Amino acid sequence: MTDTALEVVDLVKRYGGTTAVDGLSFTVRRGTVLALLGPNGAGKTTTVEVAEGFRKADAGAVHVLGLDPRDPALRARIGVMPQSGGGYPAMPTGEMLRLTASYHRDPLDPAEMLERLALTDVVRTPWRRLSGGQQQRLSLAMAVIGRPELLFLDEPTAGLDPQARRATWELIRALRRDGATVLLTTHLMDEAENLADEVVVVDHGRLIAQGTVRELTREGSTEQLHLIALAGLDTASLTAALPDGAVARETSPGRYVVDGKVDPALLTYVTGWFADQAVLLEDLKVERRTLEDVFLDLTGRDLRT
Amino acid sequence: MSHPPASAASSTWAPGALTPAPAAASRLRMLRSQTTAEILMTLRKGEQLLLSLVIPIGLLVVLTKASFIEVDADNRADFYVPGVFALAIMSSAFTGQAIATGFERQYGVLKRLGATPLPRSVLLQAKTLGVLAVQVLQLAILGAVGLALGWEPRGSVLAALAFIALGTAAFSGLGLLLGGTLRGMTTLAVANLLWFVLLLLGGMVFPLSEYGALADVLQFLPTAALAHGLRALMIDGVTSGQDLVVLAVWAVGGLAVAARMFRWE
Repeated sequence: MTDTALEVVDLVKRYGGTTAVDGLSFTVRRGTVLALLGPNGAGKTTTVEVAEGFRKADAGAVHVLGLDPRDPALRARIGVMPQSGGGYPAMPTGEMLRLTASYHRDPLDPAEMLERLALTDVVRTPWRRLSGGQQQRLSLAMAVIGRPELLFLDEPTAGLDPQARRATWELIRALRRDGATVLLTTHLMDEAENLADEVVVVDHGRLIAQGTVRELTREGSTEQLHLIALAGLDTASLTAALPDGAVARETSPGRYVVDGKVDPALLTYVTGWFADQAVLLEDLKVERRTLEDVFLDLTGRDLRT
Repeated sequence: MSHPPASAASSTWAPGALTPAPAAASRLRMLRSQTTAEILMTLRKGEQLLLSLVIPIGLLVVLTKASFIEVDADNRADFYVPGVFALAIMSSAFTGQAIATGFERQYGVLKRLGATPLPRSVLLQAKTLGVLAVQVLQLAILGAVGLALGWEPRGSVLAALAFIALGTAAFSGLGLLLGGTLRGMTTLAVANLLWFVLLLLGGMVFPLSEYGALADVLQFLPTAALAHGLRALMIDGVTSGQDLVVLAVWAVGGLAVAARMFRWE
C-alpha cells in the first residue's frame, strides 16, 4: 500500500473552446485532508469529477488509490458528495440513506448518521422538499455511510448554517482522525484553514500555490503592522525612517499599514519615529497573512467574487 | 416533535467510529433493496397510479357496461380486458418508466449512482423487476375486475406471457429512450401526451376499424399489436404471428436505440 491516495498529473480538461483544467498536478497523501481552494469557475469541480470517474481527462493522468478513476473496483472504496443533486426526488430522507447503505457490506448505522447530522426531523420528507442545507447534509451522509477510504466532497458546507457547518467540520475531522482521506473543494478560506493539512490554490484551471496553511501564509512578506494614530501623518517620512524594504501607507484616515519584514528592530524604528513626531501611537498590531491575502496577492482577485 | 437543536445533535464521534471498511454488498442484496425501492417509488406516485390502474379500471367498467361503441365480440368484457391489459402495460413500462428516468437524470440520481458500488446492470435489472412486479399487480386487479364483468379468457397462458413480455420489452425500450435523452419536464409532457394519443389511436380500447384507412398503419403500433395479439389469443385461442413479430421488432429496435442514445446525466 502506497502513501498516496490520489495523484493528479498534468491534468487537462477542455469543454469546447474553454480549458477548465490546464495542466494541474498535485497529490493527496493517505489519511490527510486536502482542500482544493479557488473561486467559482477555477476548475475545482471538473478536477474532482475526473477523479470520481464521471469525466475523462483530455490529457494527463489521475490515479485514485493506485487505480484508473473508471475502475469499477474503486466504487466501494470512494465516497462522493456532488456539489448538488443526487437524491431520488420523491424518496424520503431515511429511505434514501438506508438504500445507499444497502450497497455496502459494512456500512455505518443510518439512524445514528441522521441523528448526528440533525436530519431526524425530516426522516420522512422527500428529497425534493428538503431545504438546500438539509439536502447538503443528507448528501454528505450518503457519501460517508459506506465507510470509504477516500472521500470527494465538493463544497460540503455551501449553504449551511453555522451549526450545520460545525457538525460537518466535526465529521470531516473525525474521518481524518480515523484514517480516511478527504479531498474537499471550497471557496471559503476559513474552511481550508480549519480542516486542511494541505491546500492547493487553483485559479483558471492552474495551480497557483500549494502547501500547508502555515507555509502558504508565511511565504513572501509574511506579516503586516497595523497602526492607529492621528490622521494625515507623513507616511513618506515614516518610510524613510524604516529599514530598507519596509513601506508605510495610510489605508484610511488614521489607519496605517507597514508592509515588510516584521521583527523587533522594525518595531523600534516605528515607535521611535512616532516619539520623534510627538504623536501618540494608539494601537499597534502584528497581522498574519490569511489565505485570503495570499490569494489576493497571487491572483489580484478577491476569492469570494 | 421535540428534538434537540442541531448543535446538540452533533456530539463528537467516538474514536474509530469512522474507520474505513470499504466493501460492496453482494449483487443479490443490492438487487433486492434496489428493486424494493423502485417498486415503492412507483406505488407512491399518485399520478402514475391514475394512468396505470385507475383509468384502465374505469375504462374497463364503463366501456363494458355502456354500449355506444360497437365491438367485434359477443362478450364485451372479452374485447376490453385484453385492451386494458395493453393500456396498463404501456402505462407502467413506457409512460411511468420514461417519466421516472427523465427526472432521475435531471436530479443527478443516475449520475450519483455511478459512483456507488451499485452496478448499472443491477440497476437495470431492478428497474425491470420493479416494472414487472407492478404489472403483476395491475393485471391481477384488472383481471379480477374483468372476471366480475363476465370475462371468459381462452388461449394458452404461455402465449399470453410471451405477448406480455415482448410488449413490456418494447415499451421499456421506448420509455428508456425518451427518459434517457430528454429533460425531466419535457419527458413528462411528451410521455403523457403519447399516452393520451395512443389511448385514442393505439387500438387498445377504441377499435381501429373506426379509423378507416388509417388502421392499416396504426396496426403496426406496439399498442395495437399487443392489444390485438392478446385479443386474438384470449377470444379465439389463436396466436397471431404478425403481432408477435411487430412487438419483437419494436422491442429489439427500441432497446437498441435506447442503449445507444441513453445519457446517464
